[in-house]
Order: sequence, then structure tokens, then C-alpha cells
Amino acid sequence: MATSLDASVDSKIELAEKIVTAPSRSKRPFSWGLALVYLLLSLGAVVMVVPFLWMLLTSLKPASELVQFSFLPKNPTLDNYTTVLTTSSFPRWYLNSLIIATISTASVAFFDSLVGYTLNKFDFPGKNIIFIGILATLMVPTEMLIIPWYTMSVHWGWTEGSAQYWGIVFPGVITAVGIFLMRQFFDGVPNELLDAARIDGVNEFGIFWRVALPLVKPAVAALMIFNFIGNWNAYLWPLIVASGRAYYTLPVGLSFFRGESLTEWEKIMTGASLATVPLLLVFIIFQRQIIKGIALTGIKG
Amino acid sequence: MKLTLRRRQILWAYVFLSVSLVFFVVIRWYPAVLALNISFRDWNVFQGSGPWVGLANFQEIWGDLFKPRSAVRAAFLNTFKYVLLGVPLQLVLALGIALLLMQIRRLSGFFRAAYFIPYVTSFVAVAFVWNWLYAPQAGLINQTLTALGLPTQPFLRSPQQALPSIALVAVWRSLGFAIIIFLAGLQQIPEMYYEAAQIDGANRWQSFWRITLPLLNPVIVYLAVLQTIQFLRMFDLVQNMSTDNAGGPLKSTTTVVLEVYKEGFSSYNMGYAAALTIILFAVILLITLVQMRLLSRRVEY
Repeated sequence: MATSLDASVDSKIELAEKIVTAPSRSKRPFSWGLALVYLLLSLGAVVMVVPFLWMLLTSLKPASELVQFSFLPKNPTLDNYTTVLTTSSFPRWYLNSLIIATISTASVAFFDSLVGYTLNKFDFPGKNIIFIGILATLMVPTEMLIIPWYTMSVHWGWTEGSAQYWGIVFPGVITAVGIFLMRQFFDGVPNELLDAARIDGVNEFGIFWRVALPLVKPAVAALMIFNFIGNWNAYLWPLIVASGRAYYTLPVGLSFFRGESLTEWEKIMTGASLATVPLLLVFIIFQRQIIKGIALTGIKG
Repeated sequence: MKLTLRRRQILWAYVFLSVSLVFFVVIRWYPAVLALNISFRDWNVFQGSGPWVGLANFQEIWGDLFKPRSAVRAAFLNTFKYVLLGVPLQLVLALGIALLLMQIRRLSGFFRAAYFIPYVTSFVAVAFVWNWLYAPQAGLINQTLTALGLPTQPFLRSPQQALPSIALVAVWRSLGFAIIIFLAGLQQIPEMYYEAAQIDGANRWQSFWRITLPLLNPVIVYLAVLQTIQFLRMFDLVQNMSTDNAGGPLKSTTTVVLEVYKEGFSSYNMGYAAALTIILFAVILLITLVQMRLLSRRVEY
């Protein structure tokens, strides 16, 4: 049982690796068919990338240039950035998003790994019920929980002052998906290694923290990246629970800012760029891990 | 000795799980039950309670579904339209691009990244970028149409065009995810099947219909369900892209979740909003169960 699961995790990792290195089905010399494939893919890529390019270019244009159409800015300027960063609360929203994404990511990395590890490596009464109880929560859409969460937050005072940080963060400090993922990955950690540490007198937490966890670092890294992106972009719940403007996260702040700027598109695009560029950088740096992670979590079997 | 070791293990397991168990009971299970409870009440968030009204909220929703001008009727019909438009388009495009990506070797990493970029960015930023692309006169799309001598389009300002315009952005944003999952599925199909088919004289088209599509069936079902659930939960884009007011023009873009937000957090009609989320949950549960049946049936033969 354990070995067949080992094999399935290994083959999944291998497959995910194959996707990022992407050896294609055949090495073929030039042909018109292949040229057509490249042409189609390029057209598609343009549709995917141009909106972001247009966003950045617009943010570099003075307002007067928006009416007469030109793709590139004639007099590129950073004025929009200075205005937006000084007259709105963008710096504060950045900080809020950073705080929230960091707290939830650290918490998810720790607890999801610990629970995944426990569910994989320990034998105890109630194990299956607990695992099913955790998985079952995946069936319940967040939308169904926001009303109860809100009444609970009001009741406990999490909609006021800096308690709003906790109000925004609390639903996501532990995730069922992450636990499920980590439980699978700890299959790859041999039990003999843990037993050896036990004989050496390492306590159980030490075994988890110093022996098992370092062996699944890539999985924890993937989990952390996804979680960070997810929390950075989260909208519906922060929109509901953050009542004061000083506690908005970037997406909520951006939406509010749009309402104030109406049709000053150069300003709105500056705000959108400010919210998007950090993520684009994260993506460029961690591109392989992100795509590998998606493939890993998405592969059935 | 052995018994005490086992007991110690059980104790450690519960220590490791303790925080998470509290979390899942208090933050996931209890609110799910509370949502059901609220849906049977005339609930006002400020009182933190409300009288039991039985099925009255559900009866009200049922009644609203048959009122021609009701927002909830529009929301259900629109959500259905988003799914019917978005899911097939998403699957066909993603599979097509994944198949093209399988054909190439050079630049495949670049293309994969390009198609994936929108998936890491926030829905709110994406909404505004597309608002600007769709803008009536100065928008890039209408500028391009004018340059090509074609009539400009109202897009988000037209009750007919607004919903498809928003659905298209949702497809654009999540396309990269579906492509990666398809790539994972395609890589799992053994090369020898294609080689055997080639020897038997099958052309590419026949290989696609006879080998690729049937073997990809589980992946297609998995993605179809996942994307259906995503489209059923449409909110961020609609709230930030619709014109006139959220869900407009003329309620032509509103969705179930947007009505939950409006009823619950603008009108404070929490019981009614909770009942809407219960219906959403029931629909998602039904779709998930159908998926499980479809996928398990495949394994049987």
C-alpha cells in the first residue's frame, strides 16, 4: 500500500517535472506546419500579454495622451505613480496585503505540513474520521461561509481597529487543500528514517521539524507560493470584513480607488500596475515552481 | 513498553492536530451549520439573531424566480449563461493550445509562461485593465476596430454584449491553468499508442479522436467540473466590470454571488442571502457528486 502510493507520488513529480522541461513529442526539422503552429501560438500569446503591456504603457502616459491614440507614450512620465502613491492610500494597502499574505502563508506552511505529516505518519484512533472531516470542508464554497464568518467577526470585535487584520486572515490560516497535498508528499519520506531518529532520542516534534520537513521542502515552497498569491489577490472576504479604508488590502483598495477616479484611466492603470507588478515579478522568479505545482495538484491519480 | 510507545504516539498525534481540529470545527464546520440555520431565519446582523421563519426565505427566492424583473431571477439565468458560454470555450481553447504546445520544442517555456501570466494576477486589476480595453472610444479594442474601418462596439455598456464580454475575460484569466492541466494529461498518454496508430495507417485527426480524446476523458471531466464551479461563483469580475451599477446594465451581468453580497451586505437581508448560498452549495455538491460518478465509472472498465 505504502509503496504503491510512493510510486504514485514519484511518478507525479516526474510528470510535473516533464511539463516544465517540456520535451516535446518529436524533434522535427522546419516545416510549414510547424511554422503555422508557432504563428498560432504567438497570436494567442499576444492576446494574453498585450492587456498587461497596455496597462503599463497607459500608466506612463500623461492624461492628455489618452484621447489621441498612440500605442507607445510620446512623453513617458512617472507622474501618475507619484500622484497615486502620494494622494491615495496605496502604500498602506501594500503593507496590509503584505502583512496578511505573509501571516497566512507562514501559518499555512506550518500547520498544513504538520497536519499532513500527522495524518500520514501516525496511527491513532479517529484518523480516518478526522481526515474525511477535513476533506469534506472542500465541498463547502466560501460564499456560504461569509455570512456566518461576518456575524462571528462582529461578535468577537474583529471588524474594528487592527483586529481587522485578524478578521481578514483567520479563515485562511489553515487550508484543507494544503493538508491534502502535504499528506501525499510525506509518503515519500521513508519511515525508517523517522524510526532511526526516534532511536537517537529525538522528540516527535524534532523529528517532524528537523528530519521530515526538510525532505519535502519543494512541496512546502509550492504551497507557500500559491498561498501567497491567493491571499494577495483575495477580494470577496477582505471586502466584507475590512470596514476602514486603512485596513483595505490591495484589491479592495484598488476597487475603492476606481470608484474615486471614475474615468481617469491613466490613474486607474497606475493602480492596477501597482497591484499587478509585484505578482508578475514573483511569477517570473518562481515560474517553474508555480507551473510544476499546478501540474502536481491538478494531476489525477 | 510497546504499549506505552503506542500511547505516546497517539498523544503526539493529537497534540499535533489540536490547533487544526479547533480551526476546522470552529471556522469551517460550525459556520457551515450556522449558514443553514441563518437561512431558516429572518436574520439581522446587528441583532446577531432573528426569529425562525422555516422555509420562508427559500419560498421567497422561489417566488422571485418567476418575477420577470427580479434581480435574483436575472442572477440565476446569468450565472447559467456564464457557465454555458465560459466552460466550453475555456476547454476547447485550452485543449487546442495544449496540443499546439506539445508540437513545439523551442520557446515552449516562453509560451507556457505567457499563457499562464493572467492566472497569477488579481481579478480586480484584470477587471480594470479590461474595462479600459473595452472603453467606448479611447479603448484599445474600439480604436483597433475604427482603424480597420469597422463600427465601434458598446461592449460593457450594452445589455446584450456585457455578459459575453465579462465571460471572455474570465476565460482569458484562467486559460493558463487549464492548459497546464491538459499538458499534464497529454504527457501521461503513452507515446507507443500514437506509434501503433501510425503503423496502422491512422492520420493525426484519427489519432486525436480515437486516442487523445478518450484517454483525456478524466482530465476533461475534472476540468469541466472545476471550471463550472468557478463560473458558478463569478463575483470579482462582475462587481468591478459592470456599468451603471453592480450587475448592470439592466441586471444583464449580475450573478448569484453578487446578489448574495448585495442582499447580505447592502440590504442586510442575511436570511435571504444565506438561503441563496445554500442553493449555490447544493448545486456545487450535485455537480461534484456527478463528477465522482463519471470518474469512478471510467475506472471500472
